[in-house]
Amino acid sequence: MEHQSASSEITFQHHVSDAEFSKKVKRTTILLSVITVIELAIGLIIYTIHKGPDPNAYLVLAFKGVVCILTLAKAYYIVSVFMHLGDEIRNMIMTIVVPLMLFIWFILAFIIDGNSYKNLRNTYDKHFQETTTPVHHVEEKKAEEPKPGKQ
Amino acid sequence: MATTATAQQTKWWSGGKSPFNIEYGKLMMWYFLMSDAFTFGAFLISYGTIRFSQNFWPDPNAVFNAFPGAGHANLPLAFVSVMTFILIISSVTMVLAVHAGHNGDKKGVIKWLAWTIVGGIAFLSCQAWEWHHLITGAHATLIDGKIEWVGQTTRVNPWGQLVHGEALTTALNNSTVESLARIVHEQHGNTMTEAQLLGLPKDQLTGMINTAELHVRQNGPVAFGGYFYGITGFHGFHVFSGVVINIIMLIMTQKGVFERRGHYLMIEKAGLYWHFVDLVWVFVFLCFYLI
Repeated sequence: MEHQSASSEITFQHHVSDAEFSKKVKRTTILLSVITVIELAIGLIIYTIHKGPDPNAYLVLAFKGVVCILTLAKAYYIVSVFMHLGDEIRNMIMTIVVPLMLFIWFILAFIIDGNSYKNLRNTYDKHFQETTTPVHHVEEKKAEEPKPGKQ
Repeated sequence: MATTATAQQTKWWSGGKSPFNIEYGKLMMWYFLMSDAFTFGAFLISYGTIRFSQNFWPDPNAVFNAFPGAGHANLPLAFVSVMTFILIISSVTMVLAVHAGHNGDKKGVIKWLAWTIVGGIAFLSCQAWEWHHLITGAHATLIDGKIEWVGQTTRVNPWGQLVHGEALTTALNNSTVESLARIVHEQHGNTMTEAQLLGLPKDQLTGMINTAELHVRQNGPVAFGGYFYGITGFHGFHVFSGVVINIIMLIMTQKGVFERRGHYLMIEKAGLYWHFVDLVWVFVFLCFYLI
């Protein structure tokens, strides 16, 4: 009758047939691999754009955004299928997912803070701006005194 | 019968059972992983903060372009994709081990756990090679107006902006004979040993350098090394402890501990931890290698 009487705390067991299980695992494995391959392809596209004569910063940013979304998709499949969170009851899913919402604030606040610090330094510390801003079209570049010890 | 209807009809909070329909140990493993996610998240976010506060950040494709046995070939993303696939596959074998545990299939658990351990060790070996390559691989870097040969450490970063034109000529003139001899040696291969080159006068060495082919970079953001080694090291430590846990699980399975206990829930808990390690790598891969 019962597969396993694992624990009295568990009200009902989630049963998956072997066939259904292996289908699901196979599909998720292929999905994760395909997403990774797409990510690598985008990585190579970004590399080619960077190598080009006039890198378009917005294009690079757009590709990076796509990679971030693909990574979130991968994370979803790992947690939901491999870690079986998707098979748990709603109470369980919520007790894990809701606290993780803190990351939305966490990421935004700190990235924006870093960016604001850069803008402030570029505005008020011209030395910082001149010595660290990347220069493209290298042939035309004026000879700068190498700046020591600037991080 | 386990149906969705039971899930809805059950009074989950009336006591006497887990309101999450999960046993205590597994729930605690989930909460531990959640707190660990915040630890990793905090590390990665602080890395992001520093990166956003800089005008220049090293291009990962310039830093991570080596492959074991490929010499100086420029192969961006190649090695790290191998590492990523190793972890994905070891995650799949772990899923299979957990499933074998569900079915009480001792042989299956042993087989798939063993493969997971192999995957974990393979990943750690890759990481060891990568670290070793980054630390020992020296690059001509412009530091304090002179060219020095440095590796990627937590104190110095050789991946700044490329130096060109007059700045490069000035730098060459300021550099020591040792640095110049090494540049010549790297450019001309085995025609002369470095010891022979060291005997030559400085202007002759400078004359032998092909400046068009010379890639000298300024020193880049110092924070790069600390974040890279800190975060991949912390992740590598998780992989290591995951491998140790899996080995313990393997020994316990082999001794029949779970068979006597009647269930393989421990394998599930170890599995959760192992998948989490894979999950973190997905984000480390994103933050350090892709963007």
